[in-house]
Order: sequence, then structure tokens, then C-alpha cells
Amino acid sequence: MEHAARNTSTPLMRVDRLYKTFDISGGLLEQLAWSDGRLRRVKTVVKAINNVSFDIFEGETFSVVGESGCGKSTLGRTVIGLHTPDSGRVDYDQARIDTLSPRQMLPYRRRMQMVFQDPYASLNPRKRVVKILEEPLRFHFPELSSGEARDRLEEVMLQVGGDPQWLSRLPHEFSGGQRQRISIARSLVVDPEFVVADEPISALDVSIQAQILNLMLEAQEQRGLTYLFIAHDLSVVEHISTRVAVMYLGTVCELAETSELFSNPRHPYTQALLSAIPRLGHKRGKHLKPKEEHRERLKIDIRMISRMSWSSWASWPRRHLSAHRNVTAV
Amino acid sequence: MAALLEVKDLVVNFALRGGELTALNGISFSLNQGERLGLVGESGAGKSVAGFSIINLISKPGYIAGGRVLFQGREISVLPFAQLRGIRGNLITMVFQDPMMTLNPVLTVGTQMIETLQAHQRISDRDAADIAVDKLRQVHIPSPERRLEQYPHEFSGGMRQRIIIAIALLNNPQLIIADEPTTALDVTIQAEIMDLFVELCNQQEMGLILITHDLAVVYETTEKIAVMYAGQIVEQGPTEEVVSSPMHPYTQGLIAALPQGDQRGTRLNQIPGTMPTLTSIPAGCSFHPRCSQAREICSRQTPALKPGQARERLVACHMLHQ
Repeated sequence: MEHAARNTSTPLMRVDRLYKTFDISGGLLEQLAWSDGRLRRVKTVVKAINNVSFDIFEGETFSVVGESGCGKSTLGRTVIGLHTPDSGRVDYDQARIDTLSPRQMLPYRRRMQMVFQDPYASLNPRKRVVKILEEPLRFHFPELSSGEARDRLEEVMLQVGGDPQWLSRLPHEFSGGQRQRISIARSLVVDPEFVVADEPISALDVSIQAQILNLMLEAQEQRGLTYLFIAHDLSVVEHISTRVAVMYLGTVCELAETSELFSNPRHPYTQALLSAIPRLGHKRGKHLKPKEEHRERLKIDIRMISRMSWSSWASWPRRHLSAHRNVTAV
Repeated sequence: MAALLEVKDLVVNFALRGGELTALNGISFSLNQGERLGLVGESGAGKSVAGFSIINLISKPGYIAGGRVLFQGREISVLPFAQLRGIRGNLITMVFQDPMMTLNPVLTVGTQMIETLQAHQRISDRDAADIAVDKLRQVHIPSPERRLEQYPHEFSGGMRQRIIIAIALLNNPQLIIADEPTTALDVTIQAEIMDLFVELCNQQEMGLILITHDLAVVYETTEKIAVMYAGQIVEQGPTEEVVSSPMHPYTQGLIAALPQGDQRGTRLNQIPGTMPTLTSIPAGCSFHPRCSQAREICSRQTPALKPGQARERLVACHMLHQ
């Protein structure tokens, strides 16, 4: 399990002019519409990712933040190959991966792993933990003997702060935090280099969030992992990231080093987002509130932005997003 | 002046086949007119049960097993259902977490608002509609007349929550109980909704009980805070003071566990373990198995909520009362 030293100036992952759209026009009958006295077929397309480019370097924690519906999860799923992009390319370790066949993709599937948001949905309730963890391990390392596989499982279980005895239990016997430890164990068991963590702590309680974040930081230190961290909680992002990309309506509107982004946000959306985070006062009880006149201005900004991001629910693409329509005569 | 709301030693039990479970174990707090109180805790702490029990919304197998709820000096926890109806949705209203679930999807917003008004007042449809429009305007919904005709699905999550707040305001309540009102919403919308609550409370001298797991939201919105753990209030006091100098080890741990901007990439202070479930609440202080300062007495004796240094601050911890 050694990690070969790589040149740090070439990115581990390069995303170049990525586009991903989803067709939400429904069936043929729903697509038909009258206009100008003719029957037309209307296709409605949502641009979930709209020309996104960035590099991720080895060992860093690259965070993507944004509100619900901005395309951050789609981005995470697309770079790891769970969605195929419409155009643009994704390079991993200097090789193009978005055009690979499923078979060619296999070695990359081991090197890139994913941790999902909801630990209640991401673990199969009918399988014991040992099966959940063994399946990816056996699949990617068929040469392991059952004794070796068992050792690997116990080792990773201890590493995520669990107990080897957990292996014989079912997911429903665990709390949310413990389940998230198990899903992190599942991603670590195949010894990945790159982990996409899609809101890994937002379903957890505050005191448990700190436990899981610490676990992720430790795993990164021990294994030299690179993270793509997707989140909406800005204070968490500020704590763990090296660089942050702020997404808004499918595009990256600002990308900067973490300290730079938080101390000197440039894009109006980033500014509004930062001003909206509730924060505890600093240790001496001094609370940094924007001055009254700034607050007024910020309120206007927030209002302007929220009008465009009334997007929390399934109906948003049709209504509020820059849904793009292709009209063709039938 | 009498307090708007006084809760005294409230106990809520759930009678299950396996035995009685105590979800709320004797909580007490009070709220004055126009005051805002934050009830904070993690899931399972009993904060929602506390909010529901104020207007006796606990459904079977749960029941209020002890204690009193006084609203404007009148005991409301013993009122029969019919009289309670006159208070619910009228003098005390609730705003729930999920704006998708709270509105009826097959009725227009206007119908639902008029219905709420007519449940408590003898009023014509037209007058009720006028009040509804007025309330929608108060929660900053643009073109409210047109909005009355629309169905809930035509609104975004944030707008729906505004409508629910408008419905809660219809009968000019004295107290709003908001149970995680912004948890399902994005941060920028959360900021607007919380601003709106503060604005309305100030304008109309309304009391607010804000139930949430988010300390930062409570910090920005409320004047008083009560921190709950395993069915009890472990610390209570003015928000500013509790947050800046927490006294109970659990509150200290919660605050220390939040990421601070200036310590990037370092380990966060974590509280070991998890909140006990109702079936396995430890003897003595329910926090002692997770507490770094626990001593022998903590596992034997339940600490009472007693004044700390300042008179308004209450803490339930043996270490502070020796």
C-alpha cells in the first residue's frame, strides 16, 4: 500500500470545460406544444454543469460549495464517472477517463471512491457489514485469500474508529455516525487515492460531525488521500479545505485558496453566501456582524440571489433555472 | 408582570409495551412577552417533544405525566380538547420544519389561510382574504393578492416557509413555536427567514421559541437559550453569555466541536460517544459517560439545575456546585 511520490505540479485530476445536461421534457406527448398555429416538439434541458474547469492536486482537499440545485453533486458524480459528461473532458493522473469503456475504467474505480451523504440510504440494509465491505475488496483484489481479506477488513474497521465486532452486525444496529464510519471504511478498504465525499456530515448531529471530520483528516494524513469535498456548510469547508470552488446555477463563479476566499470574497454571490452563514461569536463573545449599512446592501444581494435559487425542490428546473429550450418543428 | 409562558417541571412519558420511557424529565423555563428563546440540542434530546408539549400536541402513546404549563398565568396543560383548540393556532401557533409537509397540496394558499382565520373568528370570506393578503405582505411575499389563488407546489421552499409563517401570524398570536424552521432550507434563505422572525417579534411583541440543533442560528436570533441533553435542560441563560462562557461540559463540548475559521486543517475537539437513547439513559448525570470531567458522584446522583455564578444562569453539573 505504498504511495509513489508524484510530481505535485501536474494535477491529479483535471476537469476541462465540462458540460452536463439532463433532459426533463418527459414523454413525446408532454413534449408536444402548440405555438404560432403549428404543433411543435419542445425539448426542455437543464444545464446541471455549465462549462466547469478546474485542477485538483495530489494531497489537497478541494471543496465545492453551493446551495441545493447548483449542480455540485452532479459535478462530483460526473468527475468520478457515475455520469457521462455531454462535452468537455476529465483527466485523472494524466490519462483521459471520461471516454473509457466500463472495463477500461475498472482500475480507476478502485483508485477513485465515493462517500455519500445519507448513511441510512447508502448501506444495504439486508447485508451484514462484513458483506458490505468485502464486496468491493473481493471485486478489486480477487487474488486475496479469505484470511487476508478478513485482516484487511478488521484493519480498516479499526482505522475508522470502529470495532471488528461490527462486521457481523446489520446496518440498522448502528447510529448515523457509526454508519458513516462504515461507509468511509467501505471507500477506504480498496485503498483509493482520490475520494469524492458528497455532503458526508450534513446528515449527522453536531457532536458527531466533528468525529467524522477528524476521521477524514486522519485518513488523509495516513494514506495521502486527495479529497473532492462537496458541502453546503461553509464553516466546515473553511476548516478542512485547501481550495474552494463556489458553484452557482451550474457554473463555478469563484475559485480560490480557502483563506483568500473567506477573507476576500470577490464574486457578489460568494459575498452573499458568506454573509448568510450564522456564526458563533469569537471566544470573547465578540460577534462580527456587518455594519448596518452593509447589512442593508447584503440583504438586497441575498434577496436577489434567492429569487434565482428557489430551487430546493424537484420543480425547480422547469421554473426558475435558465432552462434551455430547443424548439424543432414536427 | 407575569411571564407570558411558564413551564414548570414538565415530564412527558411514552407508555410503550416494554414499559414507560421518559422523553422529557422535568424541564422548566419561562418566557416574557416579546422574548425569544432558543431550545438547542442534538437529535433525541427531547427538544421537539418540549415544543409540542407546550400546547399538548403529544400524541399517544405519549402523555404529559407531570408538571405544569402556564400561559399568561393560566394553566393550559390540563385544559380539555375544545378549550385547547381556542389556543392552538390562535394565541400560540407552531411553525414546523418541513414546508412541503405542512401545507395541504390540494388547496390553494388562500383557502388554507381563510380556513385558519374562520376557525377562530366569525369573519366573512372577503374580510378574511383581506387579512390574509395583509399577512402575506408582512412576510414580504410579492403580489400577495395573486398568490392567494396559487397552490403550494407553485412556491419554492423558502416562499412556502414564509406562507406558513404568515398562517401562523393570522390570528395575531402571542407566542410562536418554531420547530427547526430553516433546517430544510438553504443558508441564504435561512438568513432571510431568521431575519423575518426577529423583525416580526420586535414589531408585534411576540414571543418566539426556536427549536433547533444549530447553535449559530440560536446565537444570532435569540436572547435566551436552553441547552437540552437526553430529555433535560442542562444549561440555561442569556444567549450571549452561555455561548461566550459555557459552563456545562456538554455545552462546552458542543461549542468547541464547531469549526473555527482560524484553525484550518487541525483536529476538531470532539465529544466522544453518542447521545444515549431513551431506553438506556445512564444513571446519575446522563452526560457522565461522555464527560471528561466526570467524577464518582456523577454516576450516582442526578445534578439539579441550579444557578451558576450569575443569577440568571442555570447549570446542571456537580462540578460547579461544590
